Amino acid sequence: MIHKYRQLGFNIVLDIYSGAVHVVDDIVYDMLDYISEPFTPAEKCPAEIAEAMKDRYTESEIGEAYGEICSLAGLGQLFSPDTYEAIAKHWNKQSVVKALCLHVAHDCNLRCKYCFADTGEFHGGRSLMSAEVGKKAIDFVIENSGSRKNIEIDYFGGEPLMNFGVVKEITEYAKEQGKKHGKNFRFTITTNGILLNDDIKQYVNENMSNIVLSIDGTRETNDRVRYRVDGSGSYDTIVPKFQDIAESRDQTNYYVRGTFTAYNTDFAKDVIHLADLGFKQTSVEPVVAPETEDYALTEKHIDEVCAEYDKLTDEFVKRWSEGRGFNFFHFMIDLDQGPCAIKRLSGCGAGHEYLAVTPDGDIYPCHQFVGNEKFKMGNVFDGMIDEDIKNTFERSNIYTKEKCRGCFAKFYCSGGCSANAYNFNGDINKPYELACEFEKKRVECAIAIEAYKKLK
Amino acid sequence: MKHVTTLNKANLKETAKHGGCGECQTTVANQKC
Repeated sequence: MIHKYRQLGFNIVLDIYSGAVHVVDDIVYDMLDYISEPFTPAEKCPAEIAEAMKDRYTESEIGEAYGEICSLAGLGQLFSPDTYEAIAKHWNKQSVVKALCLHVAHDCNLRCKYCFADTGEFHGGRSLMSAEVGKKAIDFVIENSGSRKNIEIDYFGGEPLMNFGVVKEITEYAKEQGKKHGKNFRFTITTNGILLNDDIKQYVNENMSNIVLSIDGTRETNDRVRYRVDGSGSYDTIVPKFQDIAESRDQTNYYVRGTFTAYNTDFAKDVIHLADLGFKQTSVEPVVAPETEDYALTEKHIDEVCAEYDKLTDEFVKRWSEGRGFNFFHFMIDLDQGPCAIKRLSGCGAGHEYLAVTPDGDIYPCHQFVGNEKFKMGNVFDGMIDEDIKNTFERSNIYTKEKCRGCFAKFYCSGGCSANAYNFNGDINKPYELACEFEKKRVECAIAIEAYKKLK
Repeated sequence: MKHVTTLNKANLKETAKHGGCGECQTTVANQKC
């Protein structure tokens, strides 16, 4: 399977099964329209192709271009066959738990309009995790992580800073137990920033390998949807705190992370605003919400959102070429050292490698499933998880998702988000189409940016 | 090649043979191995 498109002045051709990314000239780009798969190289360019192209290119150009297409096919870098389905067919992944999302607070000091966590409650009432539950979760992950050395703990909510004393207790306990059991714990935290202060900043900088700082863009964009209980906006409180902590981490190992909605489909200006505030690590992502909400993104927004990604791509490379570039999470693709094919087949790991733990110690496949009783997998005090649910997630891969089969982006997105698939289509193996459209566009933009960086 | 520039080492199939060590951290493509 190949996919070709034009962006940033490049003709780009992706060979899906080898992972090859080619930049080609017009004649090769045009010639590929006349070649169907499976491709068998011929001695010389077939007459019907030469005939179809003779008004635009010379005979020798046509012969030369065809020869290069044949060479690439011979190298296994164009029209390469699918050899992964056989792997997927005998899929017998035996996972260990390698990451936990600890919901240390099912409570929040903001009332963000689009919050999937039901403004922090996760549909189950406001509560805070105790140190006892947190420590039990650490014991659980040590017991269930097999021989894996690295274990990740993400502090999430709600707003984790509303329970920061417990965050510190859990962190210290994990470090102590890690030494005892030969495990290396890495910690991350997501915060809305309202409660950030110097003490918290210092502890986070000493202990957390990543911090996600929630802000949506300009004051107008942010305060329209991210406001306090009394309705007042959060922008003026959080911006100086976020700038301070980003600088204190040398502009690395953090993200300012926003959400765009139907209110700001012109979100490129919000990303640029974050860059103009001095943030080097940015992520602004589409809201996921039922179509009944007025801020929800729907099919009718696809064209304008995709056009906005193009606009952002243009500005992104402009700034990069001027030496004032920044990172945008969804435009980050490493063409040489990305994940292995097995990881790309299996996806994010929710439900078997990555689990979420509620303040009461209940275990769910991931933070997005919390509160859906059907997906409750157990409790950290039981030390056991529901094997049927685990197996369902473990067996899921891009070949169990019919919609992914013909998609050029399947090895980049790895099948998308299981929770979105379930919430919109009732089945973790039926991807959420809107997210697919956005992801395909972002993959195209990200690869075009890589081409620009390598060739300009 | 005159008409084509290949940007990467295109070794996805190779990684299917030795990959899957599971030590990577939990979109997937912007991760590093």
